[in-house]
Amino acid sequence: MDATTLRNDLVYMAIFTLAVLTMPFWLDPFGANYPDLLQRFAIYGIFAIGFNILFGFTGYLSFGHAAFLGVGSYAAVWSFKLLSMNAIPAIVFGTVAAGLFSVVIGYVCLRRAGIYFAILTLAFAQMSYNLAYSVLTPITNGETGLQLSLQDPRILDRVFGAPETGGLPFPVFLGYELNGYPGFYFCAVLLIVAFFVSLRISRSPFGMALRAIKSNQTRMGYTGFSTRPYTLASFVISGMYAGLAGALLAVTDPLAGAERMQWTASGEVVLMTILGGAGTLVGPIIGAGVIKYFENIFSAFHEARLHEVFAFLPDGLEDVLVTITRPFVGEGWHLTLGVIFMLIVIFLPGGLMEGVRRVRSAIGRSSSGHDPSGRSEEQAKLHPAE
Amino acid sequence: MSKDATVLHVDDVHKSFGGLAALSEINLEVKSGTTHAIIGPNGAGKSTLLNVCIGRIAPDTGAVVFDGSVITGKQPYEINQLGVVRVFQTPEIFPDLTILQNVMVPAFAKRDGAFRLNAMQRLSGQREIREEAEHWLADVGLGGKNDLVAASLSRGDKRRLELAMGLVQHPRLFLLDEPTAGMSRHDTNATIDLLMKIKERGMTKVIIEHDMHVVFSLADRITVLAQGQIIADGTPEEVRGNPKVQEAYLGGTH
Repeated sequence: MDATTLRNDLVYMAIFTLAVLTMPFWLDPFGANYPDLLQRFAIYGIFAIGFNILFGFTGYLSFGHAAFLGVGSYAAVWSFKLLSMNAIPAIVFGTVAAGLFSVVIGYVCLRRAGIYFAILTLAFAQMSYNLAYSVLTPITNGETGLQLSLQDPRILDRVFGAPETGGLPFPVFLGYELNGYPGFYFCAVLLIVAFFVSLRISRSPFGMALRAIKSNQTRMGYTGFSTRPYTLASFVISGMYAGLAGALLAVTDPLAGAERMQWTASGEVVLMTILGGAGTLVGPIIGAGVIKYFENIFSAFHEARLHEVFAFLPDGLEDVLVTITRPFVGEGWHLTLGVIFMLIVIFLPGGLMEGVRRVRSAIGRSSSGHDPSGRSEEQAKLHPAE
Repeated sequence: MSKDATVLHVDDVHKSFGGLAALSEINLEVKSGTTHAIIGPNGAGKSTLLNVCIGRIAPDTGAVVFDGSVITGKQPYEINQLGVVRVFQTPEIFPDLTILQNVMVPAFAKRDGAFRLNAMQRLSGQREIREEAEHWLADVGLGGKNDLVAASLSRGDKRRLELAMGLVQHPRLFLLDEPTAGMSRHDTNATIDLLMKIKERGMTKVIIEHDMHVVFSLADRITVLAQGQIIADGTPEEVRGNPKVQEAYLGGTH
């Protein structure tokens, strides 16, 4: 209980806020300080936090969360087209649309648990993906994707006389166009809010009920809880997070395509959450960061860059090392990611956060010699993930 | 509720599994404030009977009436919300939660009902629930272990934890399925003392037990089941003297 006091949470929030807002500085040495990537870190961080509420807290593995990401994007682009280029109505619209959509899908899928639930969500997401390409073309604009055009009505902008730019307009907030760093800070603030909400849920009686459902759902029934509303609430909350993330993708780049709803995108968020640590608070965000980093930075490594890295070695050795590492970088980044994922699942089933916890307890032990209270590492491990 | 009021009435319940009659012609009345023991050899249908009472199994025919209203066909959570609380034969706990949380969860169900979206309340601000949970944990002998994960408990301790999980809900009818199985003699006696203490507060209990020491220390009335049928029903003295019981059950073990 000590770790969950109000003061600890405030410190936690302060550190998190600082870390997020200073990302452009501390990510610079890693070569990740460019706005597009920073935006992606924040957006997929939100997506993963939301997914973690359903998967990490409640224990329901959804394989269809990309559908909500897509719905959020389409709704946001429609908001730009019909209402205004202001980002606020777009994210509200995107979140609400995904929320409504997840009520329907959740109501049906939550009749089953475990693998059957996963398959049902996957089926729904693939159905949405295919519908976006076929029947729903008037809404989604099919393969071309939904884009802004000069002929869009933008009722609110016309009424309030927003300045005409001549070319295609860009989403704005308080007069800033949301590309580049303003776009990142807009997403970063929402990431902080999203994290705060998830922290509050985790510390609430509702959050404890979700964890109890994950631990032993049948028992919850005999304990007097109607579990269906709890799982549905969890599903809808996480659907709304995905909708928000989808809307932000559209805010930072105002077009929406159906490929965003494909099952690979649903699988990606599962990987992010497990990689970082399902059920932990910051784990999924770290997982999202790692995967997006690999996707954008590691994939850009090419042979010449490898030669530069190993240039300090003798020529023969340099060539050998380049040959060995070549398949793991550039187009082969999936291979590295796959290897890392396997290593983590096998050796750190609790994800990167379990690694952090192990290191911390190892340091704690070596600095204090031996613990007189007898709280050994084993006992520490018995404590649930926070 | 007067002392003689019937809290639980099992009315002509039948249940068969694939042609095998697990329960037939079960009629049972449990009076308010009493401790009613159900005994019988393995496979007699004792646990099935409790499962019917809490809505885990639907009877083929017949009905279970709790406090004047039929509860057959209701969801388990609805039956719990009415005040029928069960402790299971193999401990059913929340293994990933801490001991304290295991007891706080049922306390919330008792106070807030079957569902509440209190996602923005702080758990640490729920002082009453926490104190109530700690009180019962101390009563079952698990005080001072609040933050230990429940999965790490021994089997006997898990039973005691489940007892606290039930007691925190102040059941109007407490169904206990072999609450002392797997416990040491010392822990068994401690549990008997605890159950005696609850009895003084007027809680109605149905208890399934193999340990005759426990049965005869606690029960006001005993029903004997064998092969899905009631073969005897009466006060402990009556049952002890019943030749049919001696033959079917007591004789075999003594």
